[in-house]
Amino acid sequence: MDVLALSDAEWAIIGLSLKVSLVAVAAVLPPAMLLAWVLARCDFRGKILLDALVSLPLVLPPVVTGWLLLLAFGANGPLGRLLAEYLGITLIFRWTGAALAAAIMALPLMVRAIRLSLEAVDRRLEGAARSLGAGPWRSFASITLPLTMPGILAALVLGFARSIGEFGATITFVSNIPGETRTLPLAIYNALQVPGGEAAVTRLAIISVLLSVAALTVSEVLARRAGGGRAGHVL
Amino acid sequence: MSFEVDVSLRRGAREIAARFSAGEGLTALFGPSGAGKTSLLDMVAGLLRPDRGRICVSGTVLFDSAARIDLPPEQRACGYVFQDGRLFPHRRVRDNLLYGWKLAPAERRWLEPDAAIAFLGIGHLLERMPRSLSGGEAQRVAIGRALLSGPRFLLMDEPLASLDAARRDEIMRLIERMRDEFGIPILYVSHDRAELDRLAAAVIPVG
Repeated sequence: MDVLALSDAEWAIIGLSLKVSLVAVAAVLPPAMLLAWVLARCDFRGKILLDALVSLPLVLPPVVTGWLLLLAFGANGPLGRLLAEYLGITLIFRWTGAALAAAIMALPLMVRAIRLSLEAVDRRLEGAARSLGAGPWRSFASITLPLTMPGILAALVLGFARSIGEFGATITFVSNIPGETRTLPLAIYNALQVPGGEAAVTRLAIISVLLSVAALTVSEVLARRAGGGRAGHVL
Repeated sequence: MSFEVDVSLRRGAREIAARFSAGEGLTALFGPSGAGKTSLLDMVAGLLRPDRGRICVSGTVLFDSAARIDLPPEQRACGYVFQDGRLFPHRRVRDNLLYGWKLAPAERRWLEPDAAIAFLGIGHLLERMPRSLSGGEAQRVAIGRALLSGPRFLLMDEPLASLDAARRDEIMRLIERMRDEFGIPILYVSHDRAELDRLAAAVIPVG
């Protein structure tokens, strides 16, 4: 199985991909939950607009999303300048920028999964919790949140898979820098350009499949546990 | 007076309004389906806000539009038994029963879990999930959950509606014992006259 013997550089690529994806998903989960809650539970003018805005990365060509990120967070972009001046943070050409691109691309999928699950929660159960003495926050934490858990787990898996596979927005926004922004898909793309890179492509592709299957399996196990023995289907 | 209610709420073309006061024991709201009986219970529980009016239970003002009083549901200390039981589907029977008990301040608890479980005969159900319960079992657990939350009064919304004849009689006997042994004011909704003749001290027509 020499094909599967990974070089140090390839291990580093896997590590970077995991780091970028996990940070992206973890960072985007709270805003995704907030957006899902607002879209599921609130009625206000401009809701359709917000809904469309959240879904935009899903329908735009990823290269365009990457370019927009470049405009906003580049050295001369308004947000990029603010971050650099006040927090000393640079996203462009950094792994953190790759995480931001992955997070933006994962956001619509995650919001969608959580929102569907939230909308399926019987709100009268929250009323029952309130009448039993729970304030709004406790009612949310003890009733709504656990009942939404399958959707949140689905969102984490979808978001993670989307982040691991993210290519277009990443390469446009933070380029393809070895050790900094060269994640699995970018490394595969790079290996394809190199004569004799087929073996590396095969190894990296197999790793991608394994990572996706592992994420799915973990989420199924968690969903079953969260469901108290209920057969849980995340996706 | 246990219950003093004078409320109105307009929902679209429909007006739900009621005005009554009732003394000790079990007071029934009686009327056809769709007359707004459940809405009235929701207003007393604080789950639905009337447009105007006043709700006072055992001397405590829960809602008064003129005085701008509107206690949130968690501060009303009401034990609400819903028509569909409305048990938390992700918690075992034991955790459903103790949900309100754990939240109630110690001085408001007047029934211990063991006593409630014995009273309702649900000791064998504690480790079960709600979806595995029969209608009668679920209704007994729902009653226990409401009693254990340290309520000052009970709201019961057609607790017999989904039960067969044998179970109805069993739950009705439980309600009679609750009424007589615990002496807690009960506001009870039904559209079955025979049920009310047996249980209610006063019947208030709605709709």
